[in-house]
Amino acid sequence: MTIKRKAFIAGVFEHPTRKADEQSLAQLHAESAAGALADAGLAFKDVDGYFCAGDAPGLGGLSMADYMGLKLRHVDTTETGGSSYVIHVGHAAEAIAAGKCDVALITLAGRPRAEGMATGTAPRNYGSAAPDVAFEFPYGPTVVNQYAMAAMRHMHEYGTTSAQLAWIKVAASRHAQHNPRALLREVVTVEDVVSSPIIADPLHRLDCCVITDGGGAIVVTRPEVARGLKRPPVAVLGAGEAVKHQRGGKIDLTYTGAVWSGPAAFAEAGVQPSDIKYVSIYDSFTITVLITLEDLGFCQKGQGGKFVSDGTLIAGVGRLPFNTDGGGLCNNHPANRGGLTKVVEAVRQLRGEAHPAVQVKNCDLALAHGTGGSLATRHGSATLIMERA
Amino acid sequence: MLRAQDRPIPAPPVNPETKPFWDAAAAGKLLVKRCTACGAAHHYPRARCPFCGSERTEWTEASGRGTVYSYSVFRRAPVPYAIAYVTLEEGVSMMTNLVDCDLDGIRIGQGVRVVFKPTDGGPPVPMFRVV
Ligand SMILES: [Zn+2]
Repeated sequence: MTIKRKAFIAGVFEHPTRKADEQSLAQLHAESAAGALADAGLAFKDVDGYFCAGDAPGLGGLSMADYMGLKLRHVDTTETGGSSYVIHVGHAAEAIAAGKCDVALITLAGRPRAEGMATGTAPRNYGSAAPDVAFEFPYGPTVVNQYAMAAMRHMHEYGTTSAQLAWIKVAASRHAQHNPRALLREVVTVEDVVSSPIIADPLHRLDCCVITDGGGAIVVTRPEVARGLKRPPVAVLGAGEAVKHQRGGKIDLTYTGAVWSGPAAFAEAGVQPSDIKYVSIYDSFTITVLITLEDLGFCQKGQGGKFVSDGTLIAGVGRLPFNTDGGGLCNNHPANRGGLTKVVEAVRQLRGEAHPAVQVKNCDLALAHGTGGSLATRHGSATLIMERA
Repeated sequence: MLRAQDRPIPAPPVNPETKPFWDAAAAGKLLVKRCTACGAAHHYPRARCPFCGSERTEWTEASGRGTVYSYSVFRRAPVPYAIAYVTLEEGVSMMTNLVDCDLDGIRIGQGVRVVFKPTDGGPPVPMFRVV
């Protein structure tokens, strides 16, 4: 069975807040849900499938269905960190294609700023029952120093430079200047990035994404339902997902699970990387983008540094515009999970509703990719290909 | 030159599956699990081989020698430290810290040797010194 064109994205919403002192976590989820349903022209009573991940409070899908009063016949709480929501779109398409639900709602929300969370810089501890904790936590693995080890190895094997990585942040900042809601709207240069303080070698402060509160939601439905709604319909063409881990100690930090999720999504969609007009690439750090672009086949392995240099990713300048909302590097990384907003900006591009300064001309085919967890240890990879229907 | 300093190391949680590893660490020995069904070594240690699924795994003593696969000096921490993956002579790579060295002098490919460092109320953990 294929999901190709069997489900459409009918509604998307990016919560406008970047700091949520006054809202509860459940409230942020519900506000995001209401936003996406309003965008689609649907109501809470129409939802019969619900998808959420580890950011949802309490018992996740159960707690949020209770809070929002949903009457469900399909629930999916797949948790792969920040990539969860990209996987959820694929799973929602599968459920819709199989007749398990008609209107699928996906939500994300979080308040890391309001809660004063040391997001990237405090060692991660997943609890003493996690089999890896005894062999990792004593060594102080944080989000940033683990991604940094992947960057260090990539530099060693392929000669990738900090200046090349900086081009990714430069492109994001050039886009963010047009987004009034972006947390960071200042345009930066390669020199600004490489002269910002080192957080964990070789990653600088400006190689790291923002920390924001907020959330977002996506509504996926059957094609005939979507075509009757008010928004330009976007079809799901293909999806791929993968988990990469330490392989029992056979460590290789130079690639991600995108080497598996990408080909699966392209095969299902029946398209090639060269067909894609716009990409949303998960950008927790600049290195995340660079390795992902290689793994998805937009350039050869090891050539990512050269590929992103000189503005390839800048809308109106280069041949592969990326993260035209400013991405996680400049705009928004709600709940420290950037997968959902990647889908949202891709849908804006396919609808022709991105900011005019960054809208890709004739954008009929787009890709969104999520990476959740750590490039060094365990991560989920999710690739989603969508077309203007 | 940024000299590695001792920082408080959290105790590793010990369970019956991994207790032999930590008992050996307390005696200054680094153990690696090896599967007698497929012959492969793995890390972190498991009762069941992650390559072939067999429960026929046994503890073997590693040489304690390896090379730096990758590393990162976390400069924003109150006490800067170097996290690393070290590839052991036995063929597996393990997360660790590089200690008792000039943090600015670490390079991928350097030879290293195991040293055990005390933790806060638990068994010592294996770290590595540049040789
Ligand atoms: Zn085996």
